[in-house]
Amino acid sequence: MEKENKKQLDAKLLGQLFATMFSLSACTFGGGFVIVSLMKKKVVEERHWLEEDEMLDITAIAQSSPGPIPVNASVILGYRLQGILGSLVAVGGTILPPMILLSLIALFYDWFRQNSIVNTALTVMRAGVAAVICDVVINLAKNVLGTKKPLYIILMIVTFILGYFLDVSAMYIILGCLATGILCVVLEQLKKRRISQ
Amino acid sequence: MNTLIKLFISFLQVGLFSVGGGYAAIPLIQNQIVNVWHLMTMEEFADLITIAEMTPGPISINSATFVGMRLMGIPGALLCTFGCILMPFIICLTLAFFYYKYRNFSGVQTVLGCLRPAVVSLISCAGLSILTLAVFRDDTVNFALSNLKWVEIGLFAVCLFLLRKFKVGAIKIILGSGVVGTLIYFLVPGLV
Repeated sequence: MEKENKKQLDAKLLGQLFATMFSLSACTFGGGFVIVSLMKKKVVEERHWLEEDEMLDITAIAQSSPGPIPVNASVILGYRLQGILGSLVAVGGTILPPMILLSLIALFYDWFRQNSIVNTALTVMRAGVAAVICDVVINLAKNVLGTKKPLYIILMIVTFILGYFLDVSAMYIILGCLATGILCVVLEQLKKRRISQ
Repeated sequence: MNTLIKLFISFLQVGLFSVGGGYAAIPLIQNQIVNVWHLMTMEEFADLITIAEMTPGPISINSATFVGMRLMGIPGALLCTFGCILMPFIICLTLAFFYYKYRNFSGVQTVLGCLRPAVVSLISCAGLSILTLAVFRDDTVNFALSNLKWVEIGLFAVCLFLLRKFKVGAIKIILGSGVVGTLIYFLVPGLV
């Protein structure tokens, strides 16, 4: 039943998807994880399109495949909601704002560089962006703690130390956790086999 | 070779090899545009990165559009951006297909379960580095009074309060902080 609904093309949903990605992309500064945390807030908390776990999985996939994280994440989100057409629409929404803006900036480059209002606005907006990410992180960390699984809590603390204090690149952190996960699966299987013997 | 083709090939490679998002793409773009094809000087490239970082959107898309537009106008901008996302698009679509096909298997669940805490930490690292840029004058964690940007600290606190208490939307918060902050800086002299 649910699957059938998903397959049906929904012009309204496509429109909302485009508008959401467009506005997110137009208002986010900085690297990939910034846009992903805003996307989580918008898509999970405001629009209820995805479960929180699903959004985290999508982030991990978007992070570990090549290309810009926001583009990757919108490909997967679009696919989830409306198949390949959804992917195209979501990516269109994500890349249009920077394309329009940067084309204009390339044309009016000298004026833009010297404009103090533009500079100030861009700088103070970071405070708002930081607050949004902080809000998202509080919710996410609460949920990880809420699982009460020591492994997840330890992984969160260790990866934070690696990422923030030791500057380990995100790719190695994801790969390390992937390896940990596979190790857990292997251990589980061995345990099962021992019990059945 | 035609510049348009050079640009397309360059950004196809940038898209394909920039694993790890934004900052990972910078050295790749530099290598292609400055070193291999000599389409820009190093100075122009430094300006490009500054602009790409302070405008919204992913850095590699911003760079692709900017380089394409400066060198070949609108066809250049379109072609560079298209080149930059073509391979990521195909790869992610494939991964999405497999994710939704297999994600309910218990083994896959265990592996994904271990990835989620890592994503939470990575997001918090990104948040902390933005916060550092936002509230410290010299962009390093130094709590000397003269190094603190009080307007930004106030904005951050108010925004966080609005988000936690009243669940205000993310876009409103960011645009609002931009407008209020800019007004404060221009109306109260001596702050800058």
